[in-house]
Amino acid sequence: MVEEVLAHSDYIDKYTRELVMSERLERGLQTLRAQMDTKVKSFFSSCVHCGICAEACLFYTETNDPRYTPIYKTEPMRKVWQEEYTFWGKFGKKLGLTKSLTEADLANWEELVYDGCSMCSRCSMVCPVGIDIAYIIRKVKEALAASEYSPEGLVAATKRAVEIGSPMGVKLVALQAQIKHVEADTGLSIPMDVEGADYLALLSSMEIINFPEYIEALARIFKHAGVSWTLCSEAFEATNSGLQIGNSVVAAELVERVVAGAYKLKVKYVISPECGHAFSAIRWDGPNFIGRAYDFKVIHILELLEELRNSGRLKTSGKETERLTFHDPCQIVRRGGVEAQPRQLLKSVAENFVEMTDHGRMNWCCGGGGGVSANERAEGLRLKAFNRKKSQLDELNVDTIVTACANCRLVMEEGLEENEMDIPIVGLTEVIAEHLVED
Amino acid sequence: MIAGFIDGPLWYFSLTVFCIGVLWKLASIIFGKRKNDLSVARASGIPGAIKTVFSRFKADKGMVPHIRVQIVAGYMFHLGLFAVLFFAAPHILFIEENLFNLDKIGINWLAMPHWAFIVASEFAFLGLLMLWLHRLMNPVSRLISTADDHIAAILTFVVMLTGCMALLEGFSELRLLHRFCVELFLIYFPFSRLIHAFTFIPSRAFTGAWFGRRGISS
Repeated sequence: MVEEVLAHSDYIDKYTRELVMSERLERGLQTLRAQMDTKVKSFFSSCVHCGICAEACLFYTETNDPRYTPIYKTEPMRKVWQEEYTFWGKFGKKLGLTKSLTEADLANWEELVYDGCSMCSRCSMVCPVGIDIAYIIRKVKEALAASEYSPEGLVAATKRAVEIGSPMGVKLVALQAQIKHVEADTGLSIPMDVEGADYLALLSSMEIINFPEYIEALARIFKHAGVSWTLCSEAFEATNSGLQIGNSVVAAELVERVVAGAYKLKVKYVISPECGHAFSAIRWDGPNFIGRAYDFKVIHILELLEELRNSGRLKTSGKETERLTFHDPCQIVRRGGVEAQPRQLLKSVAENFVEMTDHGRMNWCCGGGGGVSANERAEGLRLKAFNRKKSQLDELNVDTIVTACANCRLVMEEGLEENEMDIPIVGLTEVIAEHLVED
Repeated sequence: MIAGFIDGPLWYFSLTVFCIGVLWKLASIIFGKRKNDLSVARASGIPGAIKTVFSRFKADKGMVPHIRVQIVAGYMFHLGLFAVLFFAAPHILFIEENLFNLDKIGINWLAMPHWAFIVASEFAFLGLLMLWLHRLMNPVSRLISTADDHIAAILTFVVMLTGCMALLEGFSELRLLHRFCVELFLIYFPFSRLIHAFTFIPSRAFTGAWFGRRGISS
């Protein structure tokens, strides 16, 4: 009798497990179908599987594992396209010859997509038939997130972002504490919730906790240039975990918070911090997430600094003499279009600025973008991928690295530490602040 | 009877499938569902789209040392095939007389000399074989290749081979064999990877426009 009950409960367990699994697969399939737009169809129709994209991906070049080939990471979506949108796919399905997308596929691709892709888009720049591979990978992420195949670290960060307001769990009190320190150090006051200010500055959690010198630099530069600005106690966080994990609903919710803050304070501009994906999320993807255009403009801090410099409001003196280079954050430069400004700003305060072999829109990623740095499981792979940046730095032999993204900075600091390379990394906004002409 | 079928109904059928298939595919891509981008553009996407359609003919300088085989073999194959397809004397004669009656409206162009035909054919053959060997031997392209990629390569090779055989004009069966292979090729074309010969244009344009409106040269 007992054996019969146990056997029956085993059957129920197995049945329930299969039911849950098929439900997860169905959610993934529905998400992929919903995102099958004409661009994706055009891209898959054009792909000749030449494999050139592999050579543009640091996760492939540093591991030589063909599974990290960018177009291979889009395989779940290609399978759905093949089976449901092509003649041979439909024909093969009727004959039972087509290999359908399975639950195991989703499970296997989770690691490839979340750990082995920083969404840097370098692959999209080299495809001979013009496929924006990162565009498709972003859609695969959406399906993986919908079917609950996402890494724990990123899920937890997203949960914190929704519940607390920051992926790192940074609350307003933590920001206020940092502001107090900055105010004590500089003698300047940091404006908070000032209605009618021209600019609303956003920050990333990493800047608040790891690099508060960015806040100090903002205060000094804006005081110097006479910029009317404020922070918002209800919308200070710029990072968007929804974008990183591939959940458009969460991404929209986080963008709405910034929009509400901007409307409440009636600002004309929202300033994206140096953080790369935050810029992408608020400047380019934000209106698409919430389904409407903003009533304010979004500007990256480096764009604003260059505008202030060109209009004569930002005056610098003296130049750094040491040999330094600039690491291009992918989301700011390659996918954000802020390429010339950091170079012009840097040249205005540095006399020995050298470029890496591949720079600007063809830079190599630090390895930690797209949520990879928030994914503890990916640490080993990320450090391996950092060897590409290491090679670039070895060629140059610089004294200092300048960048414009808190995430890149932290990831590179870890990479340098791991490789026992003693090169300081600084943020470009801070470098500019160091050279302000004293009033 | 078979000759009549290959030269007649099958030819018109394959040509119709090819033309309608390609037009249908392009129309479904150009007029298909895609969302409007609501972010404020830095620049119009159109110049970016046009630029990228042409710029991707040239590989990025930093990438070249890593993809020499694909570049060299790719250009050898595509240029060789293009030259043979449109400038080989038998093809010009066929197009002028049978396809669009171009000779009657005064449109014609010069055939390349025989030696150039030989060079172009060798380039096309060598390029295709190199690409196919690369597909089979390189771990990356081996992993990502599908049956369609191999069928398309084999079919193209057979069309080219029978085309060379058809040069022996004394054997009309060889000309028929070539024409039959071309007809199979035309029928397979719109439903296969071969369609990239047309869809690469909207693909590049989409990506170029996306980057272009962000002020990025792609």
